[in-house]
Amino acid sequence: MARITAGVATSHVPAVGAAIDLGKTAEPYWQPVFAGYDWSKQWIAGEKPDVVILVYNDHASAFDMRVIPTFAIGCAERYGICDEGWGPRPVPDVIGHPDLAWHIAQSCILDEFDMTIVNEMQVDHGLTVPMSLLFGQPEAWPVKVVPLAVNVVTYPPPSGNRCWLLGEAIARAVESYPEDLNVQVWGTGGMSHQLQGPRAGLINAAWDNRFLDLMSGPNGDALRAIPHIEYLRETGSEGIEMVMWLIMRGALGRDVRALHRHYHVPASNTAVGHLVLEPVR
Amino acid sequence: MSGHTDIHAYLAEFDDIPGTRVYTAARARQGYWMNQFAMSLMTAENRERFKADERAYLDAWPLSEEQKQALLNRDYNRCLDLGGNIYFLAKLFSTDGLSFLQAVGTMTGMSPQDYQAMMIAGGRSPEGVRSIREKR
Repeated sequence: MARITAGVATSHVPAVGAAIDLGKTAEPYWQPVFAGYDWSKQWIAGEKPDVVILVYNDHASAFDMRVIPTFAIGCAERYGICDEGWGPRPVPDVIGHPDLAWHIAQSCILDEFDMTIVNEMQVDHGLTVPMSLLFGQPEAWPVKVVPLAVNVVTYPPPSGNRCWLLGEAIARAVESYPEDLNVQVWGTGGMSHQLQGPRAGLINAAWDNRFLDLMSGPNGDALRAIPHIEYLRETGSEGIEMVMWLIMRGALGRDVRALHRHYHVPASNTAVGHLVLEPVR
Repeated sequence: MSGHTDIHAYLAEFDDIPGTRVYTAARARQGYWMNQFAMSLMTAENRERFKADERAYLDAWPLSEEQKQALLNRDYNRCLDLGGNIYFLAKLFSTDGLSFLQAVGTMTGMSPQDYQAMMIAGGRSPEGVRSIREKR
Protein backbone atom coordinates (compact mmCIF):
# COMPACT_ATOMS: atom_id res chain seq x y z
CA MET A 1 0.00 0.00 0.00
CA ALA A 2 1.06 3.56 -0.55
CA ARG A 3 2.03 5.42 2.62
CA ILE A 4 2.65 9.03 3.62
CA THR A 5 6.06 9.07 5.23
CA ALA A 6 6.76 12.77 5.73
CA GLY A 7 5.55 16.30 5.28
CA VAL A 8 7.57 19.28 4.12
CA ALA A 9 6.60 22.93 4.46
CA THR A 10 8.48 25.64 2.63
CA SER A 11 8.10 29.14 1.26
CA HIS A 12 8.24 29.37 -2.54
CA VAL A 13 9.58 32.89 -3.13
CA PRO A 14 10.28 33.46 -6.87
CA ALA A 15 13.53 35.32 -6.14
CA VAL A 16 14.81 32.16 -4.42
CA GLY A 17 14.36 30.33 -7.72
CA ALA A 18 16.13 33.14 -9.56
CA ALA A 19 19.03 33.02 -7.08
CA ILE A 20 19.44 29.29 -7.76
CA ASP A 21 19.12 29.70 -11.53
CA LEU A 22 21.65 32.55 -11.60
CA GLY A 23 24.18 30.83 -9.31
CA LYS A 24 23.86 33.36 -6.47
CA THR A 25 23.17 31.00 -3.57
CA ALA A 26 26.57 31.60 -1.95
CA GLU A 27 26.20 35.38 -1.93
CA PRO A 28 26.00 36.88 1.56
CA TYR A 29 22.36 37.95 1.08
CA TRP A 30 21.26 34.46 0.00
CA GLN A 31 23.60 32.16 1.92
CA PRO A 32 21.52 32.14 5.17
CA VAL A 33 18.35 31.36 3.19
CA PHE A 34 19.85 28.31 1.51
CA ALA A 35 21.86 27.10 4.51
CA GLY A 36 18.57 26.15 6.12
CA TYR A 37 17.91 23.65 3.34
CA ASP A 38 21.25 21.79 3.48
CA TRP A 39 19.95 19.32 6.08
CA SER A 40 16.77 18.74 4.09
CA LYS A 41 18.61 18.00 0.83
CA GLN A 42 20.68 15.34 2.61
CA TRP A 43 17.59 13.95 4.30
CA ILE A 44 15.52 13.66 1.14
CA ALA A 45 18.40 12.03 -0.76
CA GLY A 46 18.18 9.25 1.82
CA GLU A 47 14.40 9.10 1.94
CA LYS A 48 13.99 8.70 -1.83
CA PRO A 49 10.23 9.39 -2.00
CA ASP A 50 8.47 7.99 -5.06
CA VAL A 51 5.86 10.72 -5.22
CA VAL A 52 5.37 14.19 -3.76
CA ILE A 53 1.84 15.55 -3.47
CA LEU A 54 2.84 19.18 -3.86
CA VAL A 55 0.34 21.72 -2.53
CA TYR A 56 0.97 25.16 -3.99
CA ASN A 57 -0.84 28.08 -5.49
CA ASP A 58 -0.78 29.11 -9.09
CA HIS A 59 0.19 32.80 -9.36
CA ALA A 60 -1.90 33.78 -12.38
CA SER A 61 0.04 31.34 -14.57
CA ALA A 62 -1.94 28.23 -15.53
CA PHE A 63 -5.16 29.80 -14.25
CA ASP A 64 -6.13 33.36 -15.08
CA MET A 65 -9.41 35.12 -14.29
CA ARG A 66 -11.38 32.88 -16.67
CA VAL A 67 -11.36 29.85 -14.38
CA ILE A 68 -10.67 29.92 -10.63
CA PRO A 69 -10.68 26.42 -9.12
CA THR A 70 -10.51 26.27 -5.32
CA PHE A 71 -8.76 22.88 -5.31
CA ALA A 72 -7.28 21.65 -8.61
CA ILE A 73 -5.44 18.33 -8.82
CA GLY A 74 -3.04 17.69 -11.68
CA CYS A 75 -3.63 14.29 -13.32
CA ALA A 76 -1.29 14.74 -16.29
CA GLU A 77 1.74 12.69 -17.36
CA ARG A 78 3.96 15.79 -17.32
CA TYR A 79 3.88 19.52 -16.70
CA GLY A 80 5.83 22.14 -18.61
CA ILE A 81 7.39 25.19 -16.95
CA CYS A 82 5.53 28.41 -17.57
CA ASP A 83 6.85 31.79 -18.67
CA GLU A 84 5.86 34.16 -15.87
CA GLY A 85 7.08 37.22 -17.70
CA TRP A 86 10.86 36.73 -17.70
CA GLY A 87 11.04 33.42 -19.59
CA PRO A 88 10.53 29.92 -18.15
CA ARG A 89 12.84 28.84 -15.31
CA PRO A 90 15.61 26.56 -16.66
CA VAL A 91 14.43 23.50 -14.76
CA PRO A 92 13.28 20.10 -16.02
CA ASP A 93 9.65 19.37 -16.80
CA VAL A 94 7.76 17.98 -13.83
CA ILE A 95 6.70 14.36 -14.23
CA GLY A 96 3.28 13.47 -12.91
CA HIS A 97 1.77 10.29 -11.49
CA PRO A 98 -1.60 10.10 -13.25
CA ASP A 99 -2.65 6.80 -11.64
CA LEU A 100 -2.20 8.05 -8.10
CA ALA A 101 -3.56 11.50 -8.98
CA TRP A 102 -6.76 10.10 -10.47
CA HIS A 103 -7.10 7.76 -7.52
CA ILE A 104 -6.84 10.71 -5.09
CA ALA A 105 -9.25 12.78 -7.18
CA GLN A 106 -11.86 10.02 -7.23
CA SER A 107 -11.42 9.19 -3.56
CA CYS A 108 -11.64 12.84 -2.48
CA ILE A 109 -14.75 13.47 -4.59
CA LEU A 110 -16.49 10.49 -2.97
CA ASP A 111 -15.32 11.96 0.36
CA GLU A 112 -17.28 15.11 -0.58
CA PHE A 113 -14.34 17.28 -1.73
CA ASP A 114 -15.32 18.62 -5.15
CA MET A 115 -11.91 18.58 -6.83
CA THR A 116 -11.18 20.15 -10.20
CA ILE A 117 -9.29 17.66 -12.38
CA VAL A 118 -6.61 19.17 -14.61
CA ASN A 119 -5.13 17.17 -17.48
CA GLU A 120 -3.05 19.87 -19.12
CA MET A 121 -1.26 22.70 -17.39
CA GLN A 122 2.06 24.38 -16.88
CA VAL A 123 3.48 24.96 -13.42
CA ASP A 124 5.02 28.14 -12.00
CA HIS A 125 7.46 29.12 -9.25
CA GLY A 126 4.96 28.02 -6.60
CA LEU A 127 5.73 24.42 -7.52
CA THR A 128 9.23 24.60 -8.99
CA VAL A 129 10.97 26.65 -6.28
CA PRO A 130 10.27 24.04 -3.56
CA MET A 131 11.55 21.34 -5.96
CA SER A 132 14.78 23.28 -6.48
CA LEU A 133 15.20 23.90 -2.75
CA LEU A 134 14.96 20.20 -1.91
CA PHE A 135 16.55 18.62 -5.02
CA GLY A 136 18.96 21.26 -6.31
CA GLN A 137 19.61 21.39 -10.05
CA PRO A 138 19.32 17.84 -11.44
CA GLU A 139 18.97 16.93 -15.13
CA ALA A 140 15.64 15.31 -14.28
CA TRP A 141 13.64 15.52 -11.04
CA PRO A 142 14.17 12.38 -8.93
CA VAL A 143 10.50 12.15 -7.95
CA LYS A 144 7.05 12.16 -9.50
CA VAL A 145 4.70 14.92 -8.52
CA VAL A 146 0.96 15.25 -8.01
CA PRO A 147 0.36 19.01 -8.17
CA LEU A 148 -2.46 20.31 -6.00
CA ALA A 149 -3.18 23.95 -6.79
CA VAL A 150 -5.18 25.94 -4.24
CA ASN A 151 -6.79 29.30 -4.93
CA VAL A 152 -5.37 31.79 -2.43
CA VAL A 153 -5.49 34.76 -4.81
CA THR A 154 -9.18 35.59 -5.36
CA TYR A 155 -11.23 35.85 -2.16
CA PRO A 156 -12.42 33.84 -0.48
CA PRO A 157 -9.76 31.12 -0.44
CA PRO A 158 -10.72 27.89 1.33
CA SER A 159 -10.80 28.06 5.13
CA GLY A 160 -7.97 26.61 7.16
CA ASN A 161 -10.37 24.02 8.47
CA ARG A 162 -11.34 22.96 4.97
CA CYS A 163 -7.68 22.65 4.01
CA TRP A 164 -6.98 20.47 7.03
CA LEU A 165 -9.93 18.22 6.24
CA LEU A 166 -8.78 17.91 2.62
CA GLY A 167 -5.40 16.79 3.95
CA GLU A 168 -7.14 14.08 5.95
CA ALA A 169 -9.07 12.98 2.86
CA ILE A 170 -5.84 12.86 0.83
CA ALA A 171 -4.29 10.66 3.52
CA ARG A 172 -7.23 8.24 3.30
CA ALA A 173 -6.88 8.20 -0.48
CA VAL A 174 -3.15 7.46 -0.37
CA GLU A 175 -3.64 4.70 2.20
CA SER A 176 -6.12 2.98 -0.12
CA TYR A 177 -3.83 3.05 -3.18
CA PRO A 178 -2.71 -0.53 -3.81
CA GLU A 179 0.82 0.07 -5.08
CA ASP A 180 3.66 0.27 -2.57
CA LEU A 181 4.70 3.92 -2.80
CA ASN A 182 6.66 6.21 -0.51
CA VAL A 183 4.63 9.42 -0.65
CA GLN A 184 5.41 12.82 0.84
CA VAL A 185 3.03 15.75 1.11
CA TRP A 186 4.45 19.24 0.78
CA GLY A 187 2.70 22.45 1.78
CA THR A 188 4.22 25.57 0.24
CA GLY A 189 3.95 29.35 0.33
CA GLY A 190 4.18 31.84 3.17
CA MET A 191 5.37 32.86 5.60
CA SER A 192 4.50 36.46 6.45
CA HIS A 193 4.66 38.77 3.44
CA GLN A 194 2.68 41.49 1.76
CA LEU A 195 3.38 42.29 -1.88
CA GLN A 196 0.96 45.18 -2.38
CA GLY A 197 -0.03 48.62 -1.19
CA PRO A 198 1.56 51.00 1.31
CA ARG A 199 1.75 48.22 3.94
CA ALA A 200 3.98 46.09 1.67
CA GLY A 201 7.01 44.57 3.32
CA LEU A 202 5.17 43.48 6.46
CA ILE A 203 6.92 40.69 8.35
CA ASN A 204 5.74 39.17 11.63
CA ALA A 205 8.45 36.88 12.94
CA ALA A 206 6.71 36.32 16.29
CA TRP A 207 3.49 35.14 14.62
CA ASP A 208 5.38 33.02 12.08
CA ASN A 209 7.32 31.24 14.81
CA ARG A 210 4.17 30.53 16.81
CA PHE A 211 2.72 29.00 13.64
CA LEU A 212 5.84 26.85 13.20
CA ASP A 213 5.45 25.74 16.85
CA LEU A 214 1.80 24.80 16.30
CA MET A 215 2.60 22.96 13.07
CA SER A 216 5.17 20.87 14.94
CA GLY A 217 2.77 19.41 17.50
CA PRO A 218 -0.73 18.01 18.09
CA ASN A 219 -2.42 21.38 17.64
CA GLY A 220 -4.91 20.76 14.86
CA ASP A 221 -7.77 22.55 16.59
CA ALA A 222 -5.75 25.75 17.05
CA LEU A 223 -4.41 25.72 13.49
CA ARG A 224 -7.78 24.99 11.91
CA ALA A 225 -9.44 27.83 13.81
CA ILE A 226 -7.19 30.62 12.45
CA PRO A 227 -9.52 32.82 10.36
CA HIS A 228 -8.50 34.50 7.11
CA ILE A 229 -8.63 37.92 8.74
CA GLU A 230 -5.95 36.89 11.22
CA TYR A 231 -3.56 35.86 8.43
CA LEU A 232 -4.30 39.14 6.65
CA ARG A 233 -3.81 41.41 9.67
CA GLU A 234 -0.87 39.59 11.25
CA THR A 235 1.08 38.17 8.32
CA GLY A 236 0.30 40.46 5.38
CA SER A 237 -2.02 39.95 2.45
CA GLU A 238 0.07 37.15 0.95
CA GLY A 239 0.56 35.36 4.29
CA ILE A 240 -2.79 33.70 3.54
CA GLU A 241 -0.74 31.15 1.56
CA MET A 242 -0.10 29.43 4.88
CA VAL A 243 -3.55 27.80 4.74
CA MET A 244 -1.90 25.48 2.20
CA TRP A 245 0.47 24.20 4.89
CA LEU A 246 -2.61 22.90 6.70
CA ILE A 247 -3.39 20.48 3.87
CA MET A 248 0.03 18.90 4.40
CA ARG A 249 -0.36 18.99 8.18
CA GLY A 250 -3.85 17.46 8.05
CA ALA A 251 -2.50 14.62 5.92
CA LEU A 252 0.09 13.69 8.59
CA GLY A 253 -2.40 12.98 11.38
CA ARG A 254 -2.56 14.26 14.94
CA ASP A 255 0.98 13.63 16.11
CA VAL A 256 4.17 14.57 14.32
CA ARG A 257 7.84 14.82 15.05
CA ALA A 258 9.68 17.88 13.72
CA LEU A 259 12.93 16.70 12.14
CA HIS A 260 14.08 20.10 10.91
CA ARG A 261 13.08 23.75 11.20
CA HIS A 262 14.38 26.87 9.47
CA TYR A 263 13.30 30.50 9.54
CA HIS A 264 14.97 33.47 7.90
CA VAL A 265 14.08 37.07 7.04
CA PRO A 266 14.21 38.21 4.28
CA ALA A 267 14.15 36.65 0.86
CA SER A 268 13.03 39.50 -1.34
CA ASN A 269 9.81 40.72 0.38
CA THR A 270 9.20 37.54 2.32
CA ALA A 271 9.91 35.60 5.51
CA VAL A 272 11.18 32.15 4.61
CA GLY A 273 9.92 29.26 6.73
CA HIS A 274 10.65 25.57 6.35
CA LEU A 275 9.72 22.44 8.29
CA VAL A 276 10.34 18.74 7.82
CA LEU A 277 7.81 16.67 9.75
CA GLU A 278 7.19 12.97 10.08
CA PRO A 279 3.96 11.39 11.26
CA VAL A 280 4.00 9.57 14.61
CA ARG A 281 1.55 6.71 14.61
CA MET B 1 -15.08 26.58 12.20
CA SER B 2 -17.43 24.69 10.01
CA GLY B 3 -20.88 26.13 9.64
CA HIS B 4 -22.16 29.30 8.07
CA THR B 5 -19.98 32.41 7.72
CA ASP B 6 -21.74 35.73 7.09
CA ILE B 7 -20.20 36.97 3.84
CA HIS B 8 -21.02 40.61 4.61
CA ALA B 9 -19.27 40.55 7.96
CA TYR B 10 -16.38 38.59 6.40
CA LEU B 11 -15.85 41.17 3.66
CA ALA B 12 -16.38 44.22 5.89
CA GLU B 13 -13.30 43.39 7.96
CA PHE B 14 -11.03 43.68 4.92
CA ASP B 15 -11.59 47.45 4.76
CA ASP B 16 -10.16 47.77 8.29
CA ILE B 17 -6.61 46.74 7.28
CA PRO B 18 -4.37 49.77 6.65
CA GLY B 19 -2.63 50.09 3.28
CA THR B 20 -4.08 46.88 1.88
CA ARG B 21 -6.49 46.02 -0.94
CA VAL B 22 -7.79 42.52 -0.52
CA TYR B 23 -8.60 40.96 -3.90
CA THR B 24 -12.33 40.50 -3.45
CA ALA B 25 -14.93 39.55 -6.03
CA ALA B 26 -15.77 43.25 -6.47
CA ARG B 27 -12.14 44.03 -7.35
CA ALA B 28 -11.85 40.93 -9.51
CA ARG B 29 -14.86 42.05 -11.56
CA GLN B 30 -13.66 45.65 -11.86
CA GLY B 31 -10.17 44.59 -12.89
CA TYR B 32 -11.04 41.63 -15.09
CA TRP B 33 -9.60 43.00 -18.32
CA MET B 34 -6.69 44.73 -16.62
CA ASN B 35 -5.62 41.38 -15.24
CA GLN B 36 -6.28 39.54 -18.48
CA PHE B 37 -4.22 42.14 -20.36
CA ALA B 38 -1.37 41.42 -17.93
CA MET B 39 -1.68 37.69 -18.62
CA SER B 40 -1.11 38.37 -22.30
CA LEU B 41 2.46 39.43 -21.44
CA MET B 42 3.40 35.83 -20.70
CA THR B 43 4.80 35.35 -24.20
CA ALA B 44 7.98 36.97 -25.50
CA GLU B 45 6.18 37.94 -28.69
CA ASN B 46 3.48 39.90 -26.87
CA ARG B 47 6.03 41.54 -24.60
CA GLU B 48 7.85 42.83 -27.69
CA ARG B 49 4.62 44.11 -29.24
CA PHE B 50 3.68 45.83 -25.97
CA LYS B 51 7.09 47.48 -25.59
CA ALA B 52 7.04 48.68 -29.18
CA ASP B 53 3.82 50.69 -28.63
CA GLU B 54 2.29 50.41 -25.16
CA ARG B 55 -0.63 52.71 -25.86
CA ALA B 56 -1.68 50.87 -29.03
CA TYR B 57 -1.39 47.52 -27.26
CA LEU B 58 -3.56 48.73 -24.37
CA ASP B 59 -6.12 50.24 -26.77
CA ALA B 60 -6.82 46.74 -28.06
CA TRP B 61 -8.20 45.78 -24.62
CA PRO B 62 -11.57 46.86 -23.13
CA LEU B 63 -9.95 48.95 -20.38
CA SER B 64 -11.12 52.27 -18.93
CA GLU B 65 -8.95 55.29 -19.66
CA GLU B 66 -8.09 55.42 -15.95
CA GLN B 67 -6.89 51.84 -16.08
CA LYS B 68 -4.79 52.49 -19.17
CA GLN B 69 -3.18 55.55 -17.57
CA ALA B 70 -2.43 53.68 -14.35
CA LEU B 71 -0.77 50.91 -16.36
CA LEU B 72 1.20 53.33 -18.55
CA ASN B 73 2.34 55.21 -15.44
CA ARG B 74 3.24 51.95 -13.63
CA ASP B 75 1.22 53.37 -10.73
CA TYR B 76 0.67 50.05 -9.00
CA ASN B 77 -1.36 51.39 -6.08
CA ARG B 78 -3.73 52.97 -8.59
CA CYS B 79 -3.83 49.70 -10.55
CA LEU B 80 -4.85 47.89 -7.35
CA ASP B 81 -7.57 50.49 -6.75
CA LEU B 82 -8.89 49.84 -10.25
CA GLY B 83 -9.11 46.09 -9.76
CA GLY B 84 -5.61 44.90 -10.57
CA ASN B 85 -4.08 42.00 -8.70
CA ILE B 86 -0.38 41.90 -7.91
CA TYR B 87 0.23 38.42 -9.32
CA PHE B 88 -1.27 39.51 -12.63
CA LEU B 89 0.48 42.90 -12.56
CA ALA B 90 3.72 40.98 -11.98
CA LYS B 91 3.66 40.15 -15.69
CA LEU B 92 3.89 43.89 -16.41
CA PHE B 93 6.76 44.67 -14.05
CA SER B 94 8.57 41.53 -15.17
CA THR B 95 8.27 42.83 -18.74
CA ASP B 96 9.98 45.98 -17.45
CA GLY B 97 12.74 43.84 -15.96
CA LEU B 98 11.80 44.66 -12.37
CA SER B 99 11.90 42.12 -9.55
CA PHE B 100 9.08 41.74 -7.02
CA LEU B 101 11.30 43.56 -4.52
CA GLN B 102 11.78 46.54 -6.82
CA ALA B 103 8.17 46.73 -7.99
CA VAL B 104 6.54 46.15 -4.61
CA GLY B 105 8.70 48.84 -3.04
CA THR B 106 7.23 51.46 -5.40
CA MET B 107 3.86 51.12 -3.61
CA THR B 108 5.24 52.10 -0.21
CA GLY B 109 6.41 55.65 -0.89
CA MET B 110 9.93 54.60 0.11
CA SER B 111 13.04 54.79 -2.06
CA PRO B 112 14.23 51.41 -3.43
CA GLN B 113 17.28 51.67 -1.14
CA ASP B 114 15.21 52.40 1.97
CA TYR B 115 12.72 49.64 1.19
CA GLN B 116 15.49 47.09 0.63
CA ALA B 117 17.17 48.22 3.87
CA MET B 118 13.89 47.83 5.77
CA MET B 119 13.50 44.27 4.50
CA ILE B 120 17.07 43.35 5.41
CA ALA B 121 16.48 44.79 8.89
CA GLY B 122 13.53 42.42 9.38
CA GLY B 123 10.71 43.98 7.38
CA ARG B 124 7.82 46.26 8.32
CA SER B 125 6.56 45.70 11.85
CA PRO B 126 2.88 44.77 12.17
CA GLU B 127 2.62 47.15 15.15
CA GLY B 128 0.04 49.82 14.38
CA VAL B 129 -0.90 48.47 10.94
CA ARG B 130 -3.16 45.58 11.90
CA SER B 131 -6.42 47.51 12.26
CA ILE B 132 -7.55 51.04 11.46
CA ARG B 133 -10.51 50.85 13.85
CA GLU B 134 -8.61 49.44 16.79
CA LYS B 135 -5.43 51.46 16.17
CA ARG B 136 -3.18 48.46 16.83
